Amino acid sequence: MANQRLSLIDIGRPGDSSIFGDEIRAAAAEIIARYPMGKSRSALLPMLHLVQSEQGYVSADGIAFCAETLELTKAQVAAVATFYTMYKRTPTGEYLVSVCTNTLCGMLGGDDIYRALSERLGVGMNQTAGTPGTPGSITLEHAECLAACDYAPVVTVNYEFFDNQTVDSAIGLVSELQAGNRPMPTRGAPLCSFAEISRQIAGFVDQRPASVRAEATGPQTEAGVRLAQQLGQQAPGYPPGEDSRSSTGADAETAAAGNSGKRDNSSSNDAPLNTAKSDPAAASPTGGQSERIDKAD
Amino acid sequence: MPLTPVLTKRFGTNAPWLLDNYVKLDGYAGLRKALTMQPDELIALVKDSNLRGRGGAGFPTGMKWQFIPQPKPGESGKPHYVVVNADEGEPGTCRDLPIMMNDPHSMIEGIIIACYAVRAREAFIYIRGEAVHAIRRVTQAVNEAYDKGYLGENVLGSGLRFDLTVHGGAGAYICGEETALLDSLEGKRGQPRLKPPFPATNGLYDAPTVVNNVGTLASVPYIVLGGAAWHKQLGPDGSPGTSIYSLSGRVANPGQYEAPMGTTLRELLELAGGMSRGLPLKFWTPGGSSTPLFTAEHLDVPLDFDSVAKAKSMNGTSAVMIFDEGDSVVQAVLKWTQFYEHESCGKCTPCREGNYWTAQILERIWHGQGTLADLDTLLDVSDNILGRSFCALGDGATSCITSSLQYFRDEYLALIENNPNGGLQSDAAALTGAHA
Repeated sequence: MANQRLSLIDIGRPGDSSIFGDEIRAAAAEIIARYPMGKSRSALLPMLHLVQSEQGYVSADGIAFCAETLELTKAQVAAVATFYTMYKRTPTGEYLVSVCTNTLCGMLGGDDIYRALSERLGVGMNQTAGTPGTPGSITLEHAECLAACDYAPVVTVNYEFFDNQTVDSAIGLVSELQAGNRPMPTRGAPLCSFAEISRQIAGFVDQRPASVRAEATGPQTEAGVRLAQQLGQQAPGYPPGEDSRSSTGADAETAAAGNSGKRDNSSSNDAPLNTAKSDPAAASPTGGQSERIDKAD
Repeated sequence: MPLTPVLTKRFGTNAPWLLDNYVKLDGYAGLRKALTMQPDELIALVKDSNLRGRGGAGFPTGMKWQFIPQPKPGESGKPHYVVVNADEGEPGTCRDLPIMMNDPHSMIEGIIIACYAVRAREAFIYIRGEAVHAIRRVTQAVNEAYDKGYLGENVLGSGLRFDLTVHGGAGAYICGEETALLDSLEGKRGQPRLKPPFPATNGLYDAPTVVNNVGTLASVPYIVLGGAAWHKQLGPDGSPGTSIYSLSGRVANPGQYEAPMGTTLRELLELAGGMSRGLPLKFWTPGGSSTPLFTAEHLDVPLDFDSVAKAKSMNGTSAVMIFDEGDSVVQAVLKWTQFYEHESCGKCTPCREGNYWTAQILERIWHGQGTLADLDTLLDVSDNILGRSFCALGDGATSCITSSLQYFRDEYLALIENNPNGGLQSDAAALTGAHA
């Protein structure tokens, strides 16, 4: 098997940093400003996500740009770019579909899902069905543990979770994507393109209410707390005198139980695949927050 | 043992990730109280609570904080940093993402208290890059904390400034190792450093640094509010507190169950509705894939740091992956080993080369091409990885191999017996198979 880490196809040419315009240069300056004076190299990982958001992969141009901006050598930047899985060596599709095939997800169906998607899309690891960057193009990968084992087997699209997948649901998912639709993730924001998500990972997070408020929980996340409420179990309260506000763990527990009834299941999300969950926050009385939250970029 | 939600108590409540809702349920009360205490008092409190790091190693948190050298009055030293290890990726582990997505302020509150205690003014949260929704929610929460005076200048009237930066990773399991994480945060390849020196003296930018896990820091506000004695009444003396047990695999109701440290799998299975397929339990991990496997004979081992160690495994991240009699242990070990092969950073030869070879040997055994000699080779290579690399990735990689051979050697032998080339007799096949 060819070593994916060595297949940096684009590293032979010198790279042209001038293809990145003023807007990207301003964004790079913003990233660098997050770190202490004189520690600009800390900006390298976010900046690689940033150049990836422009070209759909980390190209020789992106490497040259990062090197020039951070006063590093191109070899130093390339050494970093080739170390991390999320930096892609070839142009990526509109969607990156990642199937967890680590042991637990794999044995609970992830291996079958990956095989089925590979067959359906006619591509293998890190290959793209369709022309990269065009609508409905999909890059497929098998991923290591995505920290959602209680929702196994999981698939992510541009890193948003589609939980408890089956071969059929996963094929349905990619068919929707290819048809130009964007099914709602089980947990995660409404889908955007791979370029857009790369920019978010660079730290320019989409803070529109629909994204921030999008579902982040599910039955598995709440399995323990729900059961504790049913069984009337809770952590011991704080001893008197320790906390002047007498806000004990037990109080919060009661509040938690009280709140649970207020979940509003009438979601504004459309749910083409039946995978979208309601957004309990959507109808919350704290909606006033939304005026303040705006898209960062 | 009863369920005792503390870190998970806000899950399922009304949008607890918004600051106002968080404050309604105890939120930032711990920070307010902490700011009335002296920093050294806080370190003593956390030490006295015996809180042990939830990231896997179980190192006493108060000691980590105390190791930060504090200059005497009048002396000036390097700045101190608090770095949050939110690079959750140990197979089976899925409890930090739920905290960050649903209750990010509990972690942020713990970070500010930690900064105050160790006299750091700047902190970084290193979140794995794939966790986009966690990055989104944490970033939103950090922004809100700045807006409402919990971060930035003069936090809650203390006259102190605290800054917190969210940093997304780029997909590398090794960055969960604290020194690799620091290198990665410095913009380098995520490769572990040789220790000593430890991060407490030479961490981020070569300055004194505390690196704590998400769950560890999220525990701190409750300890400040409830006191050390409150924390110690839960769980055994040696590793007190609650643990979020993440149950996954062949279990009827997988998910996050927070109970006192020292809860057994028998008790957890009862809470989670038993096995999912009606097949008996076969093997399981007490704390992620890097911890030696347990079997049905370990159902009553209390799952806390000391008891699990006594039973020859590790409590790790309390990520309990459950497999039944329908699952092949050889297949599971093969897949985990392929994971370690892929994620080995390549710095240390025993880990880089060893995992490359064990993965190949396991692959040919799984495909019916193994020989008896392969089993000895697996143990020999494992022995040469264990303890011979900078960090614990290599050690962890050998856990499933050696423990599965200890408990399920017959299953390996059954696959070898099926080798059409006579696996039990022939060693020559091992050589040809090596190039498969």
